[in-house]
Amino acid sequence: MSETQTEERHRDSTGAGDSDSTPALEMEGVRKVYEVADEEVVALDHADLTLASDEIVALVGPSGSGKTTLCSIAGGILSPTEGKVVVGGKDISGYSAKQLTRFRRESVGFVFQTVNLIPFLTARENLLVVDEISSRDRKRANQRADQLLEELGLADRARNLPSQLSGGQKQRVAIGRSLMNEPALVLFDEPTSALDTKLGDQMVELIRDEMKSRGTAAIIVTHDERITGYADRTVHITDGRLEA
Amino acid sequence: MSLALKELRRRPGRFGVATVILTLIAILLMFLGGLLDGLTAGNTGAIRAQQADLIVYSATSQDSLVRSRIEPQQEKRVAAVEGVSEVGELGSVQLGGRIEGKGPRDLVPVVLFGYEAASQGLPEPPTEPGEAWADDTLQAEGVKQGDVIRVGPTRSPVKVTGFVSDTRYAGQSTLWASLETWRRVQNENRPDARVAPGVSQALVVQAPGANAAELATRIDEATGGGTSSLTESEAINALPGVAAQQSVFNQIIGLTVLIAIIVVALFFALITVERIGLYGVLKALGAGSGTLFAGVLLQAVIVTVIACAVGAVAALALDAVIPVGSIPFVASGARLLGSTVFLLVAALVGCAFSLRRVLKVDPAQAIGGGQ
Repeated sequence: MSETQTEERHRDSTGAGDSDSTPALEMEGVRKVYEVADEEVVALDHADLTLASDEIVALVGPSGSGKTTLCSIAGGILSPTEGKVVVGGKDISGYSAKQLTRFRRESVGFVFQTVNLIPFLTARENLLVVDEISSRDRKRANQRADQLLEELGLADRARNLPSQLSGGQKQRVAIGRSLMNEPALVLFDEPTSALDTKLGDQMVELIRDEMKSRGTAAIIVTHDERITGYADRTVHITDGRLEA
Repeated sequence: MSLALKELRRRPGRFGVATVILTLIAILLMFLGGLLDGLTAGNTGAIRAQQADLIVYSATSQDSLVRSRIEPQQEKRVAAVEGVSEVGELGSVQLGGRIEGKGPRDLVPVVLFGYEAASQGLPEPPTEPGEAWADDTLQAEGVKQGDVIRVGPTRSPVKVTGFVSDTRYAGQSTLWASLETWRRVQNENRPDARVAPGVSQALVVQAPGANAAELATRIDEATGGGTSSLTESEAINALPGVAAQQSVFNQIIGLTVLIAIIVVALFFALITVERIGLYGVLKALGAGSGTLFAGVLLQAVIVTVIACAVGAVAALALDAVIPVGSIPFVASGARLLGSTVFLLVAALVGCAFSLRRVLKVDPAQAIGGGQ
């Protein structure tokens, strides 16, 4: 990394210093209950979780344990049945679907397990998707996209379609996309499950570097115990309940 | 929205089938419309060429030229009505015409008109007896200026002094001669329906600035109920077959538009189903249903516009290529534009069937793909 780039990153993280004291996430007594064929299924049971503004948390648990539900609620994709959810200082507990949509656009980033890049857009255009949806400051978005591509080592791949990118490269584009709107919180769903050991290690290092340099908080859902070494904290979840 | 445009540009194949089908439908719509317009023109040309404010038939004629007889006294009374500025006599006879160079049994049906009032559509009647203007569709039968057409069983000669356009009547080509020529030909060939001098079948009335409908009533009163006066559009509708033709064609056109709605609905429903995963991701990233649906509408509109452009080009090409008088087909700007509007509305309606599906896409399915 050149010196100017490290300096730039420093400026980024100090710029986020205003929200340093605001926790990225505060979940209190969150419950999510589904009605399935006259039965109540409790996906999440009285979850309490607080993340500092630049904390990386690994969320570990078996399939069906409620990891996805927790991430969906933290990310504003689902509303909780009970409880309070505050993200980056915004209380989204009672948000309507429309408000949640806007909230996701402006304050949260996602990196999906199945990457989910848009197949007919280039890497650069994939990064710019959120800005296109919201038609905010196009010029600033373009600059940010170029900067992110550079940092993620994708500058020479900017005009490639996803079909022309390797698995690791696609994952990096997804990470870039999640950071475009300068979110308070990024949610990673099994980022290393499709990668071999070496690539997986590189990926987690990259995630940590990007999050830390920007002072952005992250929840990384994973089976992979390697990741726990890179996270500030590990939280275990079983049957909808969190154990510290 | 530009997302929708990019998809169209980069994945044109995915929209190929719908575009082809919509193009075929557009061509069908425009051809049907052009055919209807051509048939209507072929029926109504003679009346429209009069550019009259009113056409006056006799009351017992059931508004039919052939059955109508106007006596000179009736004509005087009509001319005396306030507001009437010009009255022209009109007469017609339908006969088979023998054209030079064609076999003795190869008759061309023509309608010989006698008239006196010129208009923008018709120059002054030929002064020489036995001469007539010919509708230019007769050129398709090989008629040239100066040719003599022999009409009717007595083979009355009519010399063509020149050509006029868009003056057909009842789907047949027409000849336009002086009233004397008409009366002579009528009396020679239809001895059971002779017309005395001064008698005509209809009156062409010019009344600039007058309220046509109200004037019609006053004229009929002035003749003591002996006439039936019609505005130009009423006269056109009264022509045999015109209303029925329009009704049949419009039903077929309506059905075609319905088919277009179904095609668009099915196609875009399919596309939406294919893209549910993509929509889930976009919604998770913060795209609203409105934005996504606007993209769908935009794609449907663009596909339809392309289909209509091709259809219009095909219709105009056909119009240019077919020889005058062979197929009744007219590609008018109004018709092409109208067809395009119909198809655009059909496309929008068709897309509406996918709206619910777009609304129901759940962003949560984008997460936890492995679970």
